[in-house]
Amino acid sequence: MKSLSERVEQLAPSGIRRFFDLAGSMEDVISLGVGEPDFVTPWNVREASFAALEQGYTAYSANAGLLELRQEIALYMQEKFAISYSTTEEIIVTTGASEGLDLAFRSLINPGDEIIVVEPAFVSYAPLIELAGGIPIAAACHAEDGFAIQPETIEQLLTDKTKAIIFCFPSNPTGSTMSRDQLADLALLVQKHDLYVISDEIYAELSYETEAICFATLPGMRERTIIINGFSKAFAMTGWRLGFTCAPPAITQSMLKVHQYGMMCAPTLVQFAGIEALRSRHKTVPDMVTSYRQRRNYFVKALNDAGLPTHLPGGAFYAFPYIGHTGLTSEQFAEQLLLAERVAVVPGSVFGTSGEGYVRASYASSIEQLQEAIARIQRFMKKWQTQDEAASSHSH
Amino acid sequence: MYTEKQLELLALLTQNGPMDVNLLAQMLDWEASEVATSIETFKRDGVLLGYTAVIDWQKIHAHHGVTAFIDVKVTPKRGRGFDEVAERIHRFPEVTSLYLMSGAYDLQVVLDGKSLQEVSQFVSEKLSTLDSVISTTTHFRLKTYKHDGVLFSQDDDDKRLKVSP
Repeated sequence: MKSLSERVEQLAPSGIRRFFDLAGSMEDVISLGVGEPDFVTPWNVREASFAALEQGYTAYSANAGLLELRQEIALYMQEKFAISYSTTEEIIVTTGASEGLDLAFRSLINPGDEIIVVEPAFVSYAPLIELAGGIPIAAACHAEDGFAIQPETIEQLLTDKTKAIIFCFPSNPTGSTMSRDQLADLALLVQKHDLYVISDEIYAELSYETEAICFATLPGMRERTIIINGFSKAFAMTGWRLGFTCAPPAITQSMLKVHQYGMMCAPTLVQFAGIEALRSRHKTVPDMVTSYRQRRNYFVKALNDAGLPTHLPGGAFYAFPYIGHTGLTSEQFAEQLLLAERVAVVPGSVFGTSGEGYVRASYASSIEQLQEAIARIQRFMKKWQTQDEAASSHSH
Repeated sequence: MYTEKQLELLALLTQNGPMDVNLLAQMLDWEASEVATSIETFKRDGVLLGYTAVIDWQKIHAHHGVTAFIDVKVTPKRGRGFDEVAERIHRFPEVTSLYLMSGAYDLQVVLDGKSLQEVSQFVSEKLSTLDSVISTTTHFRLKTYKHDGVLFSQDDDDKRLKVSP
C-alpha cells in the first residue's frame, strides 16, 4: 500500500500516553496527572442541555455558533476584560479550545512560517503548528523568572520567517501568570516585529492573586491577537468540548472558513449549556476558584516542605515542582514515584525541553487525596535522601 | 466584624466539619494560631455552635427510627410572640430542629422517634396539650435523598482519565 501522510508520521507521539498506560494498569493510584477540574459541571448547566434536548434543538447551529451564545460571549469579554468584540464579525464558537488553536494556526501559517511557542507549554501547540505546515520554535520560561517569558528570550529567536507567538497565561503546566507590565513589554516587541499573537486564555478564570489579563487589551494588540478561550476549565466542562475565539474580522473570516469545512458547527446542545454557564457564572465559578486556591495554598507549601522546591503558581490548578536535585530526569522521577508510591504526575519534559527537571502535579483533587499524595511523596523523598546520603558516605 | 479570611474559615468548617488547625492554616495561608484564635472567637460569639456528622441511617439495619416534620399552628403570646411556646417545645430532647416559618403554619418541629407510636404519643400528649397550640399536621419522612448539602445516593467516583494533558 502507499505510505501514509509523512507529516503525520513525523509527529512525535505524546509523552503523556506512556504514563497514561502505566498508571491505568495499576491499582490504588492517586493521580495528580489530570489536566482537568475535579468538579462535575454545575447542575444548572447540565440541566440546560436537557431542556434544549427536550425542546428539540437537535439541528445544526450557525457556523459561528448560536447567536445567543455569541452575544453572551461578547458580554462576558466586555464585563470581564472591558474589551468589545462584534458578535457577528469577531467571535467563533468552537469544539473545545483545541479546535480554536487549530483554526488559528491553519489561518495564519504559510509553509515554513515559524511560530514561537512559549514553553513549557500545552502538548498540542507544536504538533498543531507542524500539521498546519509551520515550524514551532521553543522559547523557554525559567523558574527564576517565575516562569514568565522574557522578551529578550523571544527577541533572540526572531527570524524573517517568524509569523506569530503563542502563549498561555495562567499557564499549563507551570500555573504561572504574567503581570500587565510584563505583558506590555511583550506587546512592544510584538508590535515592533509585526507579529501575530495567539493568546490561550483558557485558565483566565482561575487566577488567584490578581485578575487575569486579556492580551488583546494591551495597546495595539487587539488587531493582531487571536484569543483562544473555552468552557472546560472555568466551568468544569472538559468533556463537552466547547470553546470560542475572539479575533479581528479578517482573521475571524479566515478561521470561520476552516471551521465551516472542518467542523460545520459546535454541537448545538452543548452550546445551550454554554449559554447557561456564562449566565450563571457569578453563582458557580467563585466557589470553585476559592476551593482551588485553598488546595493550592496547602499543596504548594507541602511540596516545598517535602523537599521539592515549588514556586507559588498564580493560576490554573497545577504545581510545577523542581525535581532536578534528585539526580533523576523528570521522566525517571515520574516513573519511580508511580511505581514506588503509586502517585501519578506528568514529567515536565512532555511540555518541552525547558520542562526537564520538573514535574506537573495537579491539585484538582480532594484535600484528603492531596494529603495522602503528600504523605507518599514525603516517603519517596525520604527514601531517596537516605540512598543519596548512603551513596555519598561511600564515596568518602 | 469578621474578616474575609474568617468568613472563608467559617465556610470551610461548614463544608467539612472540624478540621486540623494546621491544615486549615495552610489552606488559608494563615498562621495556625490565628486559625485557633478565630475558632475560639466564633465559639465565644455564639456563631460556631457545634458540629454534626451526616449519617445515612437507612443503611444501618439495626437502626429503627422515624423522622417526623410537624407543622404547628399556635397563638402567639402578647409581648413574647412565638418565643415562649418555641422554648417550651425545643427543650424536648426528641425535637431535633425547630423553626418559625412564614406561610400556612407557624412552627415546624422536626422530631426523631423510635417508632410511629412514639411520635404520635409525643404529638398527642406533649405538643397538642400545650395551651398555645391550635393544630398540628404530622408528616413522616419516607426517604432521604439529600441532607445538609450531602447527597445520599452518592455516585462520586472520579470519572476522569488518570493522566491527561
